[in-house]
Amino acid sequence: MANNEKTIEIEVLRYRPEEDDKPFLQSFKVPFTDDMSVLQGVQYIKDYLDGSVSFRWSCRMAICGSCGMMINGVPKLSCKTFLREYYPGKITLEALKHFPIEKDLVIDLSDFIGKLESIKPYIVPDAPRALEEGEYLQTPRQLDRIAQFSSCINCMLCYAACPQYGLKPEYLGPAAIALLHRYNEDNRDSAKAERMQLLNAHEGVWGCTLVGYCSEVCPKDVDPAAAINRNKVNSTIDYLLRFVAPRGGN
Amino acid sequence: MDTIKTDIVIVGGGGAGLRAAIAAAEKDPGQCIALVSKVYPMRSHTVAAEGGAAAVTQPHDNLEYHFNDTVAGGDWLCEQDVVEYFVAHAHEELVQMEHWGCPWNRKEDGHINVRAFGGMKIERTWFAADKTGFHMLHTLFQTSIKYPSIKRFDEYFCADIVVDEGRAQGVVVIEIATGRICFIQAKAIVLATGGAGRVFRENTNGGIVTGDGMALAYRRGVALRDMEFMQYHPTCMPGTGLLFTEACRGEGGYLLNKDGYRFLEDYGLGPPSPEPRNKFMELGPRDRVSQAIWHEKQKGRTIDNPHGQVVHLDMRHLGEKKLRERLPQIYELAEEYMGIDPAHEPIPVLPGVHYTMGGIETDGRTATNLPGLYAVGECASVGIHGANRLGSNSLVELCVFGKVAGEEATQFVKTTSNSPTGTLERQASEIGNRLRGLVDNPSGKERIAVIRSEMAKSMEDGCGIYRTEAGMRATCDKLAELKQRYRSINIEDKSSAWNTEWLLAIELGYLLEVAETIASSALNRKESRGSHQRLEGLEQRDDQNYLKHTLARYAGEGPPKIEYSPVKITKLEPGIRAYGEAGEKAEAERKKKKEAAHGK
Repeated sequence: MANNEKTIEIEVLRYRPEEDDKPFLQSFKVPFTDDMSVLQGVQYIKDYLDGSVSFRWSCRMAICGSCGMMINGVPKLSCKTFLREYYPGKITLEALKHFPIEKDLVIDLSDFIGKLESIKPYIVPDAPRALEEGEYLQTPRQLDRIAQFSSCINCMLCYAACPQYGLKPEYLGPAAIALLHRYNEDNRDSAKAERMQLLNAHEGVWGCTLVGYCSEVCPKDVDPAAAINRNKVNSTIDYLLRFVAPRGGN
Repeated sequence: MDTIKTDIVIVGGGGAGLRAAIAAAEKDPGQCIALVSKVYPMRSHTVAAEGGAAAVTQPHDNLEYHFNDTVAGGDWLCEQDVVEYFVAHAHEELVQMEHWGCPWNRKEDGHINVRAFGGMKIERTWFAADKTGFHMLHTLFQTSIKYPSIKRFDEYFCADIVVDEGRAQGVVVIEIATGRICFIQAKAIVLATGGAGRVFRENTNGGIVTGDGMALAYRRGVALRDMEFMQYHPTCMPGTGLLFTEACRGEGGYLLNKDGYRFLEDYGLGPPSPEPRNKFMELGPRDRVSQAIWHEKQKGRTIDNPHGQVVHLDMRHLGEKKLRERLPQIYELAEEYMGIDPAHEPIPVLPGVHYTMGGIETDGRTATNLPGLYAVGECASVGIHGANRLGSNSLVELCVFGKVAGEEATQFVKTTSNSPTGTLERQASEIGNRLRGLVDNPSGKERIAVIRSEMAKSMEDGCGIYRTEAGMRATCDKLAELKQRYRSINIEDKSSAWNTEWLLAIELGYLLEVAETIASSALNRKESRGSHQRLEGLEQRDDQNYLKHTLARYAGEGPPKIEYSPVKITKLEPGIRAYGEAGEKAEAERKKKKEAAHGK
C-alpha cells in the first residue's frame, strides 16, 4: 500500500442473528482513492478485513437495485455514493430503515415483494391480441405517461425514507404505488378498476401524509410522491363515481 | 435434508430463465415449475443490458440480411440452422414482450422505433432508451407473477446437479437467508445462469456473473463449447469497467485517439462520414473495434489515465437533449461516476470483458447431451454467436430460446420419471456435506479475494484481446496453481444465515473451473478468428484446420480435455469478413457469385 494513500473510517452496524441479541457498531479503517464508491469500501472490508460482513450487491451501476443502505442516516445506493464525499469524516453504514434485518446490511424485503405481487403488475388487455397482429400502438406521448414510473429499480430507498411505512407496515408504499400507477396509465391495459380498489383502501394512497422524502431519495427520479398524489385525485374521483358505476370509475 | 418435488426446475431468474418459466407455464399449466435464483429475479444481470434487441422490422430489411450479419459477425463459427431459426423468430418474440408491457421507444405514429447497432446492415435494434435489459427483465418478472404454477425460490443458491441413471434429476440448493441445504427433485432442469465475465479483471459484469451453471454442467460431463471466445466491449469506464452502450455510437458518437483522430479508419472500417453509417467506422463489430484500440495503444496514440490507456468516446455533437432522451443511463454514469458532462466533454473509455460467447453445449432446441438437462441464454452455446456476438442479438436470444427451453423441458417431463427419491436424496445429502465441509476446512489459510484477483489478472494477462503462446501457457499454469491453493481456502464466517463468504468460495470454485476451460481452449486454437486473436504468425483465420467448435471436457482435477466438432453450414459459405468499404466490396462479390451459381 502506497504511503500517500488516504484511509477513511467506516462503521458498519453488525447483526449476526445466530450470535447477537442486538445490533452493534464495528469500525474499520479502509484505504481509498477518490474514485471509490462506498460499495467498494465495504467490499474491501469483506475481502481483506472481515469476511463475515454481509451485504447485497451486483451490477455496480445503479440499475440492479441491490445495494441500498443507510449511509450516515440517509438511504442511498452504495454503488453510486463515493467515499470522498465523507472524508475526512467517518461513514456509518446501517441496514435500510423500517425493514427487519436478516444479517448486517441485509434486509428482509419479502413484505415489499408481496405488495408488488398484489398490485397486478402486468398488462391486462381488454381483448387478447395475437402476435400476428403486431404491436399495440403507443405514441411517444403515451409512453411518456409511464416512462418515469416504469423506471423503478425496487431498491427500497423510498420505503426506508417513508415515515408512514415505518409506522404502518401495511401501507402499500411509494414504489408499489408508483408501479401500480405505471400499469394504470398504460394505454394497453384495462385493469385500472381492480387496481383502484387497492389504492382506495386505507393502506393505499390514503396512507401517505405527503412528506415527499421518498422522491428526494429516489436514485432513478421515479418520483413516487407524484404517483401517490395523482392517485389521491384518482381515488377521490373513483370514490365519487362509485355511486353511479358499480366497480370503480372505468 | 428437505426435499421439494417439482416437474421442472429452472436455475436462474434472468431474462432466459423467466422466459423459459413462462413458456413452461403456458404450455402445461398443470405442471409445477420451480424458479431458483441466487438473487431476486429483477437483480439478475439482464438488468444491465443497455442498447437493445435485434429483429428484422423495417420493410427494406429481411431475414437473410440479419442471418448474414450474424454469421459473418461470428466469423463463420455459428450453427447456421440455429441462426435461421433465431432470426425467423426474433420479431414475434419482441412483439410478445411488447404485449406484456415492455416500454419500447416509439415512432411518432406509435409503431416501434429501431436504432442502428454495430455490425448490422439495417437498423433493426428495438430499444427502451438505454435501459433495454432493465425494462425487459422487469417486464418478464412482473408478467411471471400472473402464472400460479411458477413457484419462485428467490435467493436460493444452486450448488450442484443430481444425476442418476444417466439423467439430470434435480438440484441441490442453499437457502441463503438461513444456510439450509435442500434438494429440489425435478424431471427436467433448465440452466439459465448467465455468463462468466467475472473471471476477468476489467469487466462490465455484475458480481453475480460467475459461470455457475457452466461449471456445474461441465463437472457433470457436459462439454463447454467455444469458451475461448470472450467478448471485449470497446467502450467501458476505466477502473470499474462499467459499460457505455454501443448505442452511444449507434446514435452517432465518435471514437477518438489522443490526436482527436477517428482512428477506426486505419483498421479497415472507413471511410469516415459525419453521420453514422451501418457497418462502417464506429458501427463496426465489437471485436474489431476493441482490437483497433489495442493497436492504437501499441502505437502510443492512446491517452494516459490513472486506470490505463484510454481513447475518447465523443458525443458532444449529439447535444444534451438527444443524449438525455436516448442515453439517459449513460449520461448518469458519466456525470455521477466520472464527473463528466458528455454533452460538453468526451468520455475516456477502454475495452472490458463483456460477454461469454461460448457456454454449455446444446443442440438447436437447448438440450444438452445429458438427458433432462437444458441450458439457455449466456450460459449456453446454442450456436448463434460464433466467434463474436453482434450487439443486440443476446437479449433476443433470451426470448427466442428461453421459450424453446421451457417448451422442450415440458415435453421431456411427460416422457420420463425420477429414480426413487431416497436414492436421489442420498446423493444430495453427500453433496450437502461436502458444501458444509468448505466452511469447516481445517487447512484453511488462503483468502478468497487473493485467489480471485490473481485469477482475474492472469486471465487478463494471458487471454486478453491479443494472445501469445507463452502468455496463455503462463495463465494455464497459474490457474493450476490457484486450483491447488483453492483447496486450502479459508472461510472466516462459520455461521449459517447469509453466509455470503461461503457462497463466494463456492463461486470462486466455479470461476476457476470456467477460467481453465477458456485458457485451454484458447491455447489449442492456433488461428485468429473473431474475438480470439493470436500473434506470432497466427494472425489469420485458418478454415482448413479450425472451422470447427472447441469442446472442453471435464477431466478430473487437471485441465480439460480439448476436442472439436464440426460447424453446421447451411446457406453462407465461409468468406471474407470485412466492414466499411472493403465489406461492401466483399458483399457485392458474394452476391455476384451467388447469382452466377443460380444461372442468372
